[in-house]
Amino acid sequence: MDWMNAVIQGVLLGGLYALFAAGLSLVFGIMRVVNLAHGDFIILAAFLSVVVVGVTGLGPFLSLVIVVPLMGGLGYAVQRGLLARTLDRGVLPPLLVTFGLSVIIQNLLLQIFSADDRRLDAGGISTASIGIAGQLAIGWFPVVVFLAGVLAIAGLQILFTRTALGRAFRATADDQETVRLMGIDNRHTYGLAVAIAFGIVALAGVCLGIRTTFSPDIGPGRLLVAFETVVIGGLGSLWGTLMGGVILGIAHTIGAKLDPAYRELTGHLVFLLVLLARPQGLFAKPVRET
Amino acid sequence: MSLLSVHELTAFYGDFQALFGVTLDVEPGEVVAIIGANGAGKSTFLRSVVGLCASAAKAALFDGRPIGGRPTHEIVTLGIALVPEGRRIFPSLTVEENLLIGGHRARPGPWSLARVYDLFPMLYERRAMSGPALSGGQQQMLAIGRALMANPRLLLLDEVSLGLAPIVVNDVYTRLSTIVGEGTTTLFVEQDVGRALSVCHRVYCFQEGRIALAGSPRDLTRAQIAAAYFGV
Amino acid sequence: MTAAGYTIERGTTASRLGARAGAVLVAALVALPFWGSSGDMRLMVEFLSMLTLAQMWNLLAGYGGLVSVGQQAYVGLGGYALIVLADFLDVNPFVSVFLAGFVTAAFALPTAAVVFRFQGGYFAVGTWVVAEVYYLLVANSSALGGGLGRSLQAIRGIARAERERLTYWVALVVGVGAVALVYVLLRSRRGLALTAIRDSARASESLGINVFRSKLFVYVVAAFGCGVAGALIYLNLLRILPTAAFSVNWTASMIFVVVIGGIGTLEGPLVGTTVYFVLREFLADYGAWYLIVLGAVAILVMLWAPQGLWGLVTARYGLRFFPVQRRVRFTNEATRSDARRSGGGDRAPLGSQA
Repeated sequence: MDWMNAVIQGVLLGGLYALFAAGLSLVFGIMRVVNLAHGDFIILAAFLSVVVVGVTGLGPFLSLVIVVPLMGGLGYAVQRGLLARTLDRGVLPPLLVTFGLSVIIQNLLLQIFSADDRRLDAGGISTASIGIAGQLAIGWFPVVVFLAGVLAIAGLQILFTRTALGRAFRATADDQETVRLMGIDNRHTYGLAVAIAFGIVALAGVCLGIRTTFSPDIGPGRLLVAFETVVIGGLGSLWGTLMGGVILGIAHTIGAKLDPAYRELTGHLVFLLVLLARPQGLFAKPVRET
Repeated sequence: MSLLSVHELTAFYGDFQALFGVTLDVEPGEVVAIIGANGAGKSTFLRSVVGLCASAAKAALFDGRPIGGRPTHEIVTLGIALVPEGRRIFPSLTVEENLLIGGHRARPGPWSLARVYDLFPMLYERRAMSGPALSGGQQQMLAIGRALMANPRLLLLDEVSLGLAPIVVNDVYTRLSTIVGEGTTTLFVEQDVGRALSVCHRVYCFQEGRIALAGSPRDLTRAQIAAAYFGV
Repeated sequence: MTAAGYTIERGTTASRLGARAGAVLVAALVALPFWGSSGDMRLMVEFLSMLTLAQMWNLLAGYGGLVSVGQQAYVGLGGYALIVLADFLDVNPFVSVFLAGFVTAAFALPTAAVVFRFQGGYFAVGTWVVAEVYYLLVANSSALGGGLGRSLQAIRGIARAERERLTYWVALVVGVGAVALVYVLLRSRRGLALTAIRDSARASESLGINVFRSKLFVYVVAAFGCGVAGALIYLNLLRILPTAAFSVNWTASMIFVVVIGGIGTLEGPLVGTTVYFVLREFLADYGAWYLIVLGAVAILVMLWAPQGLWGLVTARYGLRFFPVQRRVRFTNEATRSDARRSGGGDRAPLGSQA
């Protein structure tokens, strides 16, 4: 029964991991840039929510109304102001810039908020649970986060396949020059893509902050979770990302069940196993080499 | 007033100068051809008009408005569409999505998805396929259809017959004559001199980044064209 | 060679003068224990460790095109290798510093089997994941002290002054050795191959260069160097903590130092390491601000002066103390003017060739 519980918790945790991963995957899919500061932006969003809650008295859920647009705007600015200057200049510049941002954000948060653990208090929902048979109980909030993850993935799927903006995203990823011939400003399109990614990052950060404690130094760990989720699921597959999150979530809860110290290690080992067995990820569509 | 008026246009790729002061006009309703050997600067010229190569502000006027140096996405929304060399179909998009993205910033006008499908029925049959699954000729039709979706006032075509079988080229040109028949002003680059001369009202022959010869096909002799083409 | 009318020149005036000045400098540094304080020696050990790390990252990314964010794996493994060799196996601790490099190089081979499945940005994060795995394995190993780390025991019997002096000399050998290693490597055939790969992997493959093996070689050499540096760092600190030993901040410092100084040159890491320590001294009282400033400067340099500070110097004065390129120098007038004639074609007006 305990194991069953661990699996269910792991599945629900997977929704949060999918939220972590969606933004990373979106930016990589369109610009081929791995944002090494991705995890730190998640933590930044959580701290922003702390500030918004403190200043306005809103609850953490309602703080999203402010945090999501703020992070979206920040994403647009980061893209247009910094990342755009690194594109088409090789592997190093985007990595160096995002790595620099990671170090800067982490240490700024440390200066401003100290290294103390924080948590966003969402009231009763963070502890309320639904009893299932016997000792099995599922927390309400993990269910809400899981649904948020599913909705974010579904939303991105619809955005990409059904809307003109999604079409523009895919076309820009294909061919930056020709897309301009269609009257599309590729730089603005990139900016919008990063803005949307950062909107999801904001949602992920607030969900993380309600679910667990956080401190300025845990950003890189979230980046690794997001990265492993994307690679396990398979690049370019949004539903694969959700499944990747679920697999990693289960690995973490099962690992923690064996010994709390093995939680992360189990996740990394599952990731490495998947990588060695199926480098293209578990759910990626087979791509024909051209 | 000319629809497109280019004056003393120069273009560079780094230190390499590709165009040396090209002056060229296209009147509304005209079909104008650009011919010339490989490397004469024909494609560079079209790329400069739409802003993919940098040019001076006053070097190009479209409908009287200076377009030189402006970003590509702004120039094309004024009503210029380019069918680029090598077709450049978006591989991640289906045939229909490729057409729809052509109309992303469309002006009002005669062309719509339905009319493009009327002109190219084979695209309608393959509308759910991905772009790269089409044959070369079909991709060329798709590239033309994609450009039409913007309802351009000036259609630029870069080497539409390149790499296609002669019978497919005939097919492409038959449809182009339909498009031209609608009164769409067209400026096209073509390596096949005979075909270019048979379609156009006027022709410019480029040679090493300069215009070597210009005129109406009726007024030009084969010898004049050969001389301008090969630079002998 | 002279018969053909040219020689291949590999030195510059600056490099010949620099070699003499460098010899004087090294001699002065060797004698530091006799004229400097023990604080000077400690600072120099830190400087030389950072220089070594920076040279290794420079080799890895600047010449091998491998942007790793996981080099802390080898710093940590090197530090723990020192503990295992010196405390568990009774090897002389100063000798262990160098042996630690072989241990980390041995770890690098299976690691490469995993991380070389990735390219570009994914390679970067992949190396980071592997570094985390090594961290967690060490932090969970009670023999190595678990999360609380360990102190280096083997050094206890040695008098403090002697220990400091020996540590410093080991550091000097390591630091100078790292610069020399990269210099010799880049001037070798392998270095030529690496430069070719950096410029175009595909073209060099068609010339018969084995890109995979060249990159693997660089990766293993960098792991060796970082391992030695890691061991040196903990020989100096005498106490190792897994969180600190495997901290990504090691890699952050390497990257920032190399980018600020100038990637793809041997002088760059020297300049960058100097900047690093100057900044550290100035911002010593401001805690984390020093890393924030370092990161910001690195970003600014990357975007607006991607060749780094040393790049600005070479662009201005043409100085090169460590020339790794080959220059053709024509030795008789006839070949020189021939070359000028054929080389001048690119400036002739277009079309005049025909």
